[in-house]
Amino acid sequence: MLDKFINNPGEWLKGKGPYSDVVISSRIRLARNLREFLFPVKLPVKSRADVVNKIDKVVKEAKFSKPLFKFNMESMDILDRHFLLERHLASLEFINNPKGRALFLSKDETISIMVNEEDHLRLQVIKSGFDLPLVWSIINNIDECLAEHLDFAFSADIGFLTSCPTNTGTGMRASVMVHLPGLIMTKRINKVLNLITKLSFTARGLFGEGTQALGNFFQISNQVTLGLSEQEIIDSLRNIISQLREQELGARKYLLDKQGPAIEDKIWRSYGILKSARLIDSGETLQHLSLLRLGVDLGIIKGITRAMLDYLFIIIQPAHLQKLQGRVLNVRERDFIRAALLREKLGG
Amino acid sequence: MLCDICHKNQATVHLTEIYAGKVRELHLCQECAAKQAEIIQKQFSISDFLAGLADFGGIERRENSSGLICPNCGMSYEEFKKVGKFGCENCYKVFRDHIIYLLRKLHGSTQHKGKYPKFKGGISLEGQIEELKKYLDRAVSLEEYEEAARIRDNIRRLEKKLREKKSRDGKEGGKNAG
Ligand SMILES: [Zn+2]
Ligand SMILES: [Zn+2]
Repeated sequence: MLDKFINNPGEWLKGKGPYSDVVISSRIRLARNLREFLFPVKLPVKSRADVVNKIDKVVKEAKFSKPLFKFNMESMDILDRHFLLERHLASLEFINNPKGRALFLSKDETISIMVNEEDHLRLQVIKSGFDLPLVWSIINNIDECLAEHLDFAFSADIGFLTSCPTNTGTGMRASVMVHLPGLIMTKRINKVLNLITKLSFTARGLFGEGTQALGNFFQISNQVTLGLSEQEIIDSLRNIISQLREQELGARKYLLDKQGPAIEDKIWRSYGILKSARLIDSGETLQHLSLLRLGVDLGIIKGITRAMLDYLFIIIQPAHLQKLQGRVLNVRERDFIRAALLREKLGG
Repeated sequence: MLCDICHKNQATVHLTEIYAGKVRELHLCQECAAKQAEIIQKQFSISDFLAGLADFGGIERRENSSGLICPNCGMSYEEFKKVGKFGCENCYKVFRDHIIYLLRKLHGSTQHKGKYPKFKGGISLEGQIEELKKYLDRAVSLEEYEEAARIRDNIRRLEKKLREKKSRDGKEGGKNAG
């Protein structure tokens, strides 16, 4: 079942959409709990199935724009679960403790629901490029459909009641993944990121949450969930990202103007390594892919699409490589397969 | 560059993380990064949370929290402070005096301004208003006047909503009531 997903990259990896020179993807997550059950932290493990069954029934009845497929985490092997993590469809904690947990997923991966993570429901919608209003309208729709059939824990006073008080209120986390090589190379990144934290948003220099890190990718998301409406949160995040993009494009222009040959050299060398390496680990790959994406964005490298690069960022990860090969690989074997894959895709 | 943890392998994973208003960097080898990923994530979420608890003044001095326990799920306030998670929706009521301060610390506000779910089954506007009135009395008795004012505004908003709903239901002949 999951194998259907491996060969077609998720919609959010299409490398298109507004601002795709800087913004990789936009995502919104909503935390919801059912009134009739204890929250997962206190819910007996044997009762978790009751929550899953309830959601399963509702998902079948609800008229979502796309059908959702159900995956039982417990019966899924660790490699497949790891694959979901690399795909940003499940959290680390969720895949590491699979008992009584399930994931509902649309075929194009835009819609997913983790059941019995920290909250009973963690809805997620993710799209490529910078389009939070669209993402919000999709997830709001799903939330409304579910609320037709489910009683959510809610108080008119403090909003949706979530397991962790950091999510209380809207239960919403909106995040945008950005690629900021220019700000890093011009050493302006800390200044910019500190400003973002002052505005109550967080910036994580991680490709996703708690997984392997990538130097030039950052996830910007809201920290405050109470006292602001969903629309207000989205509007301020949109504002921040627009300004962040201006800053990044400014930095790229500066680099090109002041250090043109040096930057071009870096980019072409990265391209060269990716096209010719015989063994390459994921850290090195990610650094070079980042520079190659910058090269494509600046028009220095032609004939490679952003979609291809964004896809490569995902499939060079360990679980993806092993799924592609259909077997468990040790670190050395992975480095070998990864290099071969890069040469094949980049025409080396 | 060598790995910050084992100091043996070459560091290939570079993390930059904003923490407590500062950017910090970690340089790890592949193996240590895999081991650390889980730990790091847990640490960050819990320590972020404890930062909110740290100067948890106000009510805690007046009200002794020890022995406070949610009868619905068995979560004690002490346990909540450790795990940082509620066991059920009722915990929010039982620990309310403490939580209001915590929420203000975390979010700078205690008033939900986002969407409302469709009230079905267990919850009704009337029920919500009744509950808010209890919170209002409580806030007044604790001389928390700012909080009392917020709750009073909220009650007014809900009462207006209720009146609108009633007149709407009336026009529809009550056939879609609820
Ligand atoms: Zn190490
Ligand atoms: Zn409880």
